[in-house]
Amino acid sequence: MTRTGEAMAGTRTDGAVSPGYAPGRTLPLRVEVVRQFKRRRTMVMFGLLLALPWILVVAFALGPAPARPGGFRLSDLATQGGLNFAAFVLSVSASLLLVVAVALFCGDTVASEANWSSLRYLLAAPVPRGRLLRHKLIVALGYSAVAVIALPLMALLAGTVAFGWNDVQLPGTGDVIPAAAVLPRFGIVIGYALVSQLVVAALAFLLSVSTDSPLGAVGGAVGLVIVSTILQAVEALGGLREFLPTFWNTAWLDALVPELDWSGMIRGTALSVTYAVILIALAFRRFRRKDIVS
Amino acid sequence: MKLAGRRTAALLVVVVLAAGAGVWVLWPSGGAPRGVDQRIAVVDGPRDDQRVTIDTTFFPPAGGGKAPAVLLAHGFGGSKRSVRTEAESLADRGYAVLTWSARGFGASTGEIALNSPDYEVKDVRQLVDWLAERPEVLLDAPGDPRVGAAGGSYGGAISLMAAAYDARIDAIVPQITWYDLADALFPDASGRGPENGVFKRMWAALFFSRASDSPLAPGGPGLAAAPSPGPSGAPSDGNAPADGSISAGSPGAVPTPTVSPGAGDRAGRDAQCGRFLPGICDLYLQVAKSGRATPEAVRVLRASSPVSVRGRIRVPTLLIQGKRDSLFPIAHADANARAIAATGAPVEVAWFDGGHDGGDGEPEWVTDRTVGWFERWLKKDTGVSGDAFTVTRDGGRDPGTRRPVLEHAAGDRYPGLSGTKPVPVRLDGGEQEVATPPGGSPAALSSVPGLGALLSGATGVAASLDMPGQVAVFDSAPLAGSLQVTGSPVVRLRVRGTGEVSLFAKVYDVGGPRPLLPQGLVAPFRVTATEEGTPVTVTLPAIDHRLAAGHRLRVAVSTTDMGFTADTDPAVHRVSLADPVVTVPTDPSLRLTGGGVSWTVWVLPLAAAVIAALVLLVGRRRASQGRPGDAEVPLEITGLTKRYRDGELAVDGLSFRVERGQVLGLLGPNGAGKTTTMRMLMGLIHPDAGEIRVFGHPVAPGAPVLSRLGCFVEGPGFLPHLSGRENLRLYWRATGRPEGDAHMAEALEIAALGDALERPVRTYSQGMRQRLAIAQAMLGLPDLLVLDEPTNGLDPPQIAEMRRVLTRYARDGRTVIVSSHLLAEVEQVCDHVVVMHRGRLVAAGRVSDLLVGATSSNGHKARLEEVFLDLIQERS
Repeated sequence: MTRTGEAMAGTRTDGAVSPGYAPGRTLPLRVEVVRQFKRRRTMVMFGLLLALPWILVVAFALGPAPARPGGFRLSDLATQGGLNFAAFVLSVSASLLLVVAVALFCGDTVASEANWSSLRYLLAAPVPRGRLLRHKLIVALGYSAVAVIALPLMALLAGTVAFGWNDVQLPGTGDVIPAAAVLPRFGIVIGYALVSQLVVAALAFLLSVSTDSPLGAVGGAVGLVIVSTILQAVEALGGLREFLPTFWNTAWLDALVPELDWSGMIRGTALSVTYAVILIALAFRRFRRKDIVS
Repeated sequence: MKLAGRRTAALLVVVVLAAGAGVWVLWPSGGAPRGVDQRIAVVDGPRDDQRVTIDTTFFPPAGGGKAPAVLLAHGFGGSKRSVRTEAESLADRGYAVLTWSARGFGASTGEIALNSPDYEVKDVRQLVDWLAERPEVLLDAPGDPRVGAAGGSYGGAISLMAAAYDARIDAIVPQITWYDLADALFPDASGRGPENGVFKRMWAALFFSRASDSPLAPGGPGLAAAPSPGPSGAPSDGNAPADGSISAGSPGAVPTPTVSPGAGDRAGRDAQCGRFLPGICDLYLQVAKSGRATPEAVRVLRASSPVSVRGRIRVPTLLIQGKRDSLFPIAHADANARAIAATGAPVEVAWFDGGHDGGDGEPEWVTDRTVGWFERWLKKDTGVSGDAFTVTRDGGRDPGTRRPVLEHAAGDRYPGLSGTKPVPVRLDGGEQEVATPPGGSPAALSSVPGLGALLSGATGVAASLDMPGQVAVFDSAPLAGSLQVTGSPVVRLRVRGTGEVSLFAKVYDVGGPRPLLPQGLVAPFRVTATEEGTPVTVTLPAIDHRLAAGHRLRVAVSTTDMGFTADTDPAVHRVSLADPVVTVPTDPSLRLTGGGVSWTVWVLPLAAAVIAALVLLVGRRRASQGRPGDAEVPLEITGLTKRYRDGELAVDGLSFRVERGQVLGLLGPNGAGKTTTMRMLMGLIHPDAGEIRVFGHPVAPGAPVLSRLGCFVEGPGFLPHLSGRENLRLYWRATGRPEGDAHMAEALEIAALGDALERPVRTYSQGMRQRLAIAQAMLGLPDLLVLDEPTNGLDPPQIAEMRRVLTRYARDGRTVIVSSHLLAEVEQVCDHVVVMHRGRLVAAGRVSDLLVGATSSNGHKARLEEVFLDLIQERS
């Protein structure tokens, strides 16, 4: 619908449209970025994400870790250096904080416009529905990605300032890998953290399209993650658990072992993409057919 | 159509659920192959003169037809019932399975001869004869069935022995079993043979006491359920606590003695020997008393061991040995593997997390490997292939439950116990004195037979304890990197002093919360010490264990171990390193299996893409492509109908037309359908029937012609965090039209917000938002302006101003539609009205015409309000 509409409009000069109007030029990404950026929730979330590493640095400085000989858990190794600290920060925040951040950016984007009634004026402008949704999704995913990337990068900075730029000691075995050699792996870790949040993003987006309540959309997505986390603790489900959206969320730890193991991350990526594609398709279908009554 | 779609979707869901439930119910559940009990009379003994009845159960292959057979043997102290579950699962997979109680066990008669070639092996040969007569069993030649043998521990040994003595057996899977029973009971890690070995007294005692524990006694069925070795195989052999039948070793629960024919005259010996052959019983009593293996004992034990038939086992063999096994440690499987491989027969080796000391047992994995082996060598399914060597390792924690999981590392070559890459590790520590305590007590603790699982718990960390003064310790420096040991490290020691001494060497992993003794294993050796120092090369226990970086490797040499007969004379010896370098075997070529990429990785996303495409493409609305109508008519509505989901008809066949330059009032009481009509006009909701044309073009969601429409419907909609000016600016940029066309200044003038324009909208009053929203509707000076209750919240001067703005706006050839319930208001602004009531058009026309037509009853000039009320009353 949108594509044909946009194509047709480009050739029309018979007074069917206002001069200068072309569907393909409506709601540029730039405009949507600006519209979202000045929101208080965006600012607060980024502030929190960027402050968290420093808070943790202070926490480690106040209460030095009890000497656990031979303890090679991520938390035991956090003060070994900037990279170790960043891995630790990512591990403690990936399960909830980043989920909330992603759910917020993606769940709030359409629902809040509906809530403010500004959605109907955008649609009547008219911004074609498919285009509106596409651009909102791109911008929301963009903000989510920046959030997921900003946290470990800030942690890397904070950790390096506080604990120095040291070689990485791997969790589990305690093997030491030179910092320069581990940087690409750190990229993999962040990349996988991004991909694994796709499910949350897609679900939040679908809920955002389905409800006028931003809180409902964000809460619904976070709730699903919680339910999925609970379910994966039920061992009786056996192999079925491997298809829970959160099951592979910690697979990035496989990038921090002496032999890089891709299998978990590949399966996690496949599952994440699968859920995300279907949920996003549903979101578009739903929005296309929806009566906007808010 | 929408409702129909909904119903179809619901129906589809129901059908899918019903189909799923049906599959769930009807899925072949295995059909539980029923075993046929059969007592088979056999003749055995050195002179083939002993008649014994073997109690068997035969499981025909599921699916019928002729199938390869499998002889499934039970462990020591068990019976044919111990392996029933495993037998059923093999029969399910299309094998004819024969289980039996070995002589001296269960309901079989005869006495235990420890898998002797004269007794048990002859029995099995006659079982193969019997199988060859069965119509269900596939034959290689007349009298030669296609048959494999499998079993754990005692049953594993009979598989090996039978394969050596009966060439008709085609493939075997012996598990947790021995190569040399003499060496298992009298190990000597310095390689000087069982005559020099240290007596493994606790295991030996348990092993022999199990013989009097009839599985028919209370607790028997618990054993019988054992599906495979490991925690389940261990109970039958090792009296592990899992089945609660620890009773065998405790005097409180002496099992009912089973009277064997020919043994009745020695009633007193039943308690002592159980159902052992008297000769074997005497032998045991003798060696247990002295703690030394006599040449006669070694001869008898070796006759029952694969070591006596080197080179005669020539069939494909899968050896599954337990990492947690202090009775038959991994070295026994290694010796079997080497002996069988030397004949050229295919051999695979697996070290799994099980054995006589407990562990996980991995029943499913063991069954899969066993079946895989038989598929390949009995059914000749070449598609099945295993790895030459597999070892089970700690796989960290399950991502969902955070509980420990196991993973399998495998290689296509069996590295043996010396690994493919020996790593020298340097140890430190000078000569140290070790005392042998009088009476051998207190003794160090490595693993306790039968209690291994209890001590190690689920954590896999074996409890171990060394007594001060009794142990010499040699540590490495902290390891630079992690070290995965796979095999037997070798250390060279020197022992000074006088006389013979038993010593126990162990490898520790030091660096964790406490020193860890991998797999709870210990290497005993006996050495005759001299004052100048006796050198001795000790092969330490075969382990598979990863030492983390920073940990130390420790070799400890102790004078006592609870599991073994200790020297009882007090003495002091001095132990030092003859060579500071210990050779640690590793195999870096091992790779993790199983975690590999499954087909779902590719199929799921592709399926998702297809589903997504269907979701997006199916049920698309076709944009109505009618001929363009009259481009001069700003608005034409024909037959417009909208029914809401609750069934209420909001708009019912509405038709009217607005001409250029008109200011049209849309009137109607609450619920008349005015707002619904406006929403359809904006393309926000889909009409059920009828059409709206704006300047001749049909309106649909997102129709480009909407760009000629400016609207304000049902209140303002702004981003509260942005200022009024930013809101308008961003709105205009969202339309994608040139900045110059916005006529921003004129719009802002109408809004008349002054300085408030720079404040965030959330600080605005209702009236300010209202004015800003009307200004937004007028951005770009649209040809058709639609305003819903525009004067709500405005004060009288502002209302008057708004009236002037609207009149002026329409004067330039543009069209304005105003809906309102303030009739006086409409009367003053509008030249035309459309009156709606309950979704229907009640009246339409010029205001003046309506007023003229309704001549007032009392002679006054009629007011719109009266006309309106009349119209509505007529209709209600």
